Amino acid sequence: MKTAGSEQNKLPQPLWLLAELTYACPLQCPYCSNPVEMVNVKNELSTGDWIRVMREARVMGATQLGFSGGEPLVRKDLEILIAEARQLGYYTNLITSGVGMDEKRVEAFKKAGLDHIQVSFQASSEELNNFIAGTDAFQHKLEMARSVKKHGYPMVLCFVLHRKNEDQIRDILELSINLEADYVELATTQYYGWAFHNREQLIPTRQQLEHAEKVAKEYQDKMKGKMRIFYVIPDYFEDRPKRCMDGWGKIFLTITPDGTALPCHAARQLPGLEFPNVRDRSVEWIWNDSPDFNKFRGLDWMKEPCRSCPEKEKDLGGCRCQAYMLTGDARNADPVCDKSPHHKELVELVERVGSLAGTPEFEAKPLVFRSMKNSKKIMKEKSAATV
Amino acid sequence: MANPFSAEDIPVITPTFRLQWEQAQDCYVILYPEGMVKLSPSAGEIMKRCDGKTNITHMIDDLNNQFPGADLENDVYKFLEVAHENGWIRAK
Repeated sequence: MKTAGSEQNKLPQPLWLLAELTYACPLQCPYCSNPVEMVNVKNELSTGDWIRVMREARVMGATQLGFSGGEPLVRKDLEILIAEARQLGYYTNLITSGVGMDEKRVEAFKKAGLDHIQVSFQASSEELNNFIAGTDAFQHKLEMARSVKKHGYPMVLCFVLHRKNEDQIRDILELSINLEADYVELATTQYYGWAFHNREQLIPTRQQLEHAEKVAKEYQDKMKGKMRIFYVIPDYFEDRPKRCMDGWGKIFLTITPDGTALPCHAARQLPGLEFPNVRDRSVEWIWNDSPDFNKFRGLDWMKEPCRSCPEKEKDLGGCRCQAYMLTGDARNADPVCDKSPHHKELVELVERVGSLAGTPEFEAKPLVFRSMKNSKKIMKEKSAATV
Repeated sequence: MANPFSAEDIPVITPTFRLQWEQAQDCYVILYPEGMVKLSPSAGEIMKRCDGKTNITHMIDDLNNQFPGADLENDVYKFLEVAHENGWIRAK
């Protein structure tokens, strides 16, 4: 379908507003994309603050609104926020673990005008699901998924894949069929936040990936027209980087629980950013004029090998956060790209994990679960290391 | 693939999709979980008539009245087929 008119000369619009309502969460998934520094984030935005942010972003063109977290169900004012968002004309998405929900609340959300619910699962088996989640949530999740469908919502089921559950792929897809999911997101673990911290325990082997890809394809064909299945190869296994967030400050605006505005949910860790806050500034200023949102717009910020690369407009040099985490400089090429001088380090990591995976010593290293307690501990270790 | 619709069918938007006029885009859009498709002006005119009350014959008459001179029948059927394939509409 062609779109009307030319988009070329317009300023980008923040089409996607991700409202991270809270970092509080009853689950402890060790691949959480929230920052490991989350214990330092206090002072959540009020209901009134969020309503103002939603209004301002809507005027700027925002259409999709994701209520996320942490676990957004922890917020007691979620029903109010949904009603306001729907009234503003947003397509409202609730991105949840299902923990903290009951049939009554599913119904109340529907009345408030919620459009869609995405329920995350940690695995297809109760035992692994509850181990990864750090809580006995599996049965409740099943119940909530059924309730979501019963109330007529389109349902996305999200499974984050990694070495511990990758081999369950067939069961995961069967479970999704059983629960009548409209969409299944086989979300490969992205190594930011807690996932980066637990990288070695989460990276799958190449054999696991090849198997998962084959099964995903089989079910994509089988379920065509009934259930859409999204499967993406983890970028650590690629030789060209992803076009991250479709570009910096291009369509995506994240507001964190304390009001910090970010071009993506991982960007908080980048040095040299000022972190504009919606408490001090309008969404319009933050999006159009703030130095942070302009920092990596366009192509002028690039260094070699990106600057002279014929593919630079296609992948925009990949992910700024990944470049920073793996090379120490956010302006470098994302090392997923085999033109990056750091690419070989990623290849070595993937190969090392592949050769050690399954051996008792390697697998004995415990996962660090996402919790305020562990966040505090990591912060303490970090500050001790820098003194 | 044969067209899924005939003249008496009454197309209606599937409840898991939403059609909406977007001021900021200056066009109709289809909204669904975490996604949006912008519609061309003609696609928007057809979609907004998929109201669960109008059959395709009436829809075409109405469009011919509003846009005289154009022979729209083929375009309407072609677009309805695409919309059906994407799951946006179904026959009531």
